[in-house]
Amino acid sequence: MIKRIFSFFHQYKKYAVLAVICIVAESIFELIIPLIMADIVDEGVANGDRALIFIKGGQMLICAALALLLGIGSARFSALAGQGLGAELRKEEYRRLQAYSFSNIDRFRVSSLVTRLTSDVTNVQNSVSTGLRPAVRGPVMLVIATGVAFSINAQLAIVFLVALPLLAFLLFQIISHVRPLYTKMQSAIDMVNRIIRENLTAVRVVKACVRGEYEKEKFNQVNENLMSVSRKSFQLSALNMPAMQLVMYGTILAILWFGGRLINKGGMQVGELTGFLSYVLQILNSLMMISNVFMMLTRSLASASRIVEVIDEKIDITDENAADISVTRGEIEFSHVYFKYKKDAAEYVLSDINLHIKAGETVGIIGQTGSAKSTLVQLIPRLYEATKGVVSIDGHPVREYPLDHLRDAIAMVLQKNTLFSGTLVENLRWGKEDASMDEIREACQIACADEFIDRLDHGYDTEMGQGGVNVSGGQKQRLCIARALLKKPKVLILDDSTSAVDTATEGKIRRQLSQKLPHMTKIIIAQRISSVRHADKIIVLDDGRINGIGTHEELMAGNAIYQEIYESQKEGAEL
Amino acid sequence: MARYVGYKRPKNTKKTLKALMKYMGNHKWMLALVALLVFISTGANIMGTYLLKPVINRFILPGDIKGLVMAVAAMGVMYLCGVLATFGYNQLMVITGQKVVSEIRRDLFAHVQKLPLKYFDAHTHGDLMSRFTNDVDTVQEALNNSFTMLIQSFLMVTGTIVMLLVLSVRLSLIVIVFLIFMFVLIQFSGKRSRKYFTRQQEQLGRINGFVEEMVAGQKVEKVFNHEQIDFEEFCRRNEDLRKASTSALSYSSMMVPSVVSLSYANYAVSACVGGLFTLAGMFDLGSLASYLVYVRQSAMPLNQFTSQVNFLLAALSGAERIFEMMEEPVEIDDGEVTLCNVNVHDDGSMEVASGYTGDFAWKVPGGTSFDDSMLAKGAVPAGDGSMLVPLCGRVDFKNVVFGYTKERQILNGISLYAKPGQKIAFVGSTGAGKTTIINLINRFYEIDGGQIIYDGIDIRDIKKDDLRRSLSMVVQETHLFTGTIADNIRYGRLNATDAEVREAAKIANADSFIRRLPDGYNTMLYGDGANLSQGQRQLLAIARAAISQPPVLILDEATSSVDTRTERLIEKGMDAIMERRTVFVIAHRLSTVRNSKAIMVLEKGEIMERGDHEALLEQKGRYYQLYMGQFELE
Repeated sequence: MIKRIFSFFHQYKKYAVLAVICIVAESIFELIIPLIMADIVDEGVANGDRALIFIKGGQMLICAALALLLGIGSARFSALAGQGLGAELRKEEYRRLQAYSFSNIDRFRVSSLVTRLTSDVTNVQNSVSTGLRPAVRGPVMLVIATGVAFSINAQLAIVFLVALPLLAFLLFQIISHVRPLYTKMQSAIDMVNRIIRENLTAVRVVKACVRGEYEKEKFNQVNENLMSVSRKSFQLSALNMPAMQLVMYGTILAILWFGGRLINKGGMQVGELTGFLSYVLQILNSLMMISNVFMMLTRSLASASRIVEVIDEKIDITDENAADISVTRGEIEFSHVYFKYKKDAAEYVLSDINLHIKAGETVGIIGQTGSAKSTLVQLIPRLYEATKGVVSIDGHPVREYPLDHLRDAIAMVLQKNTLFSGTLVENLRWGKEDASMDEIREACQIACADEFIDRLDHGYDTEMGQGGVNVSGGQKQRLCIARALLKKPKVLILDDSTSAVDTATEGKIRRQLSQKLPHMTKIIIAQRISSVRHADKIIVLDDGRINGIGTHEELMAGNAIYQEIYESQKEGAEL
Repeated sequence: MARYVGYKRPKNTKKTLKALMKYMGNHKWMLALVALLVFISTGANIMGTYLLKPVINRFILPGDIKGLVMAVAAMGVMYLCGVLATFGYNQLMVITGQKVVSEIRRDLFAHVQKLPLKYFDAHTHGDLMSRFTNDVDTVQEALNNSFTMLIQSFLMVTGTIVMLLVLSVRLSLIVIVFLIFMFVLIQFSGKRSRKYFTRQQEQLGRINGFVEEMVAGQKVEKVFNHEQIDFEEFCRRNEDLRKASTSALSYSSMMVPSVVSLSYANYAVSACVGGLFTLAGMFDLGSLASYLVYVRQSAMPLNQFTSQVNFLLAALSGAERIFEMMEEPVEIDDGEVTLCNVNVHDDGSMEVASGYTGDFAWKVPGGTSFDDSMLAKGAVPAGDGSMLVPLCGRVDFKNVVFGYTKERQILNGISLYAKPGQKIAFVGSTGAGKTTIINLINRFYEIDGGQIIYDGIDIRDIKKDDLRRSLSMVVQETHLFTGTIADNIRYGRLNATDAEVREAAKIANADSFIRRLPDGYNTMLYGDGANLSQGQRQLLAIARAAISQPPVLILDEATSSVDTRTERLIEKGMDAIMERRTVFVIAHRLSTVRNSKAIMVLEKGEIMERGDHEALLEQKGRYYQLYMGQFELE
């Protein structure tokens, strides 16, 4: 796991190496300085050698200056390495995320993906940035100090052989119990975040239903749960410190006792004992550092594994069968297509769809709510993949086209339209990044968006809020159509995307589409008969099956569902 | 694409600390106990070091084994107390810290519930989320460790300084000069790093917002092949975050090694000067040795102190953002008129009932001004000086002026009335202000001028919750919550029984598709009901409104994604339960509004025509045009 995470250091690896070098060097200085100091006292002062005192003092100052440089270097390099790693991890996660199919995303849920990209990465990067110093210093100090302690008195150093494994055992116990708790804590955090997120997006519903109190209660529940889980894990990890002290104090007492006996028997000098003690403290201190690092690591390991899960998720829809072909005409063929969202779902959402759409044709799709109209068209740009059967364009199965090209050639205006933060023109340029103002104006004119844009104070430079709050539903839909048209697609799919546009405007859009873009294949999903009645061909979908195909007149003559829909909309006219 | 989330920047550490202390204050006895335990634990530690010398001198050197046993045993007891105290304060601090953090989260969430919609329009979800997650996290981190460590290191530093002063006042001056110097350094880099920490949190919020928006709009992204461009934008923001957080961490982690190096320098100077003093006979060798030990020791806790100050700084900038949000002004809600259930008697008199009766009245406290003509319409005194006004659903707009922003007015002095018990429809082209009118009736936004009168009462005099409770609303954008289908329907009325849930679903024509789902009414919905179609989601939203049995119902494009056949069936079901009640309908489809008693045609924030279907058709005005527009097929 750690290795996998560290493999994302990429260009920041050199900083990590530099940081380690600085830290090791710095630690060595820390051990050298007391030795110089000893010279000042034992030789300089004892012998009254002023010159030596100044020389040694100067040396110490130089050491201090060097340690300062190394310290600043290590801080800078650790920060660069840790934060660089974090940035690389976020980038990699985001890159993978973009390639995800919708079933990939469903598996993680949106809220959890966001946490995995942000807080989890923050955990990892900070434990690298701040953990690097103790993680390197600890072992270096441990090794050196242990060596010195043994060289002072090997007999007394045996105390370590008891103390060290004891401490290691205690720490291991704590850490192995804390780890599963941290995982639990993370999912409790996910739950809290989910409630907050849903509350924020549905704020209008919450307010309209006066459910503020209920939401608070709901939140308090998950919040309490988070509190109790995190309390448990932190309480356990807080055992670290007393355990550490227990061993440390025990060791001091043992050394005093055994050391005292040794001195008594003449096996040791008093000076040695005090020296020994100071090294003991040094050693135990470094152990403390190491154990703190472990604690931090345990927490970030949970985060790390969640990150790796995102990176290692197998992506469903890929380019592996792509050949170098392109959509030229926009002829669409469905042959015996079946589809379901999940492999283990009992029923197919689409069953046995057979369909031929000629290039340049206008096709309407109509059917009851839930009859899988949207699902049908989403198979064309391969947003989902047919479970059985083949969807082909210009005679080639869709999976043979490179995804980028396929989706460029097919413009789709979704039912749930999304505008992004940014200005209006920036949103339109989603369709074509380098579109000229003339192109944009033309697309807006066809989509009948120009009339309201011109009325806006800032025109094309109007800021769109999150999800486009400052335009109405119908205006949003027209913008989305314009955005799609800018792609100059071979196939245009309108998925119920004029539902909020008034009928007069809708008719105008339809006429302009057929006049100005006659060669583009147009697929229109609609609720209103008026939206599709002029189509070359209308498909009536019922419960995921094709119920009838024909022109308005043909269907009026022979299709019961179509007649019913017509009647339900016509009733008003006869009053 | 970029939208910078604005931050007000006057750093006000004092205010933030004060707010934080308020939370801590709730647990002041606990914290006092923690401080005491830290004191004991630190004391044991310092005493232990201090006792080493006498133990060696008095027992080990003379070979007094018995005394050594006693001394070691005494130290053992003291150490044991230290360990227990350490255990105690660590545990207590975790418990208290978690409580404080969860209280902060709770209060923040509660405050968010009261914020006006304007606030949500102006802030991205990612930015708001970030306060709950990242900012609260840093506060938690600080509470877990910093508080106790700060006390501990403070005690250690003070203790050491005292020892130094005892040994030599003159020599201590050197140390004190160095310590002051260290503090200045800490202050300086603290300021720097705090600046970067705040920037880091801002960037984190920006990344959060971006990722949320992109994941939510991923279908659009895929359809437009926009991955590469978004990736570049992401990388830009990612790089900004990296730079900010690298600077923040560099500055903050530089503090520790800098202080350590300064302490080396301190050590060196003290040793030289101390050596010279000794040579000059002002100091003896033994004292110099132990003096230097203390000098050396002073660095360690100062080290710890500084690193804890770092954590605290990060926590403070997080806390500042949290408290900033908690200080955002809440929705104005100073109305005193409340809604209550009443029993209505045959003679028109009524009295307040305790349970749900299906009849509602406004309880208007004495002194509230309201339209006297209501008295004639059945308002009765409630006995305690207040009046009971039957809820009818009469809505009057008087010269209402409104704009979402100051620069652009949507409604330009609009006046309209809706008679009670009627089905009233608003039609008009997109952007005419239909949804805006609805948003004003339930006071999602405050009007800039004019008056909205509801059953003779200014809506500003009505308690907000009660106003909204009297209006059940199905909004344009359907939102579902994680939970079962039944839970989502029940959102309309929490105590509804399973049978009532099914009944509501039947009215909304959702029953049949729900029963076909794998787990029926118990099917779990995730992520805003992403696994349902738009139409199905709307049916659920309607069921949610149906179950709440509201006195007044508002349908804002509630069936726009539902096919007309299903819509007809829903309408029939709704008509049955909405008898005698007022219904507001907004729709583009004229078939949706055709049956309404009064249809208002809105254009550019003004009412162009008003009347029922036939009357409007006869006028041959705007409605007629619209109507003909729809029925081109004839």
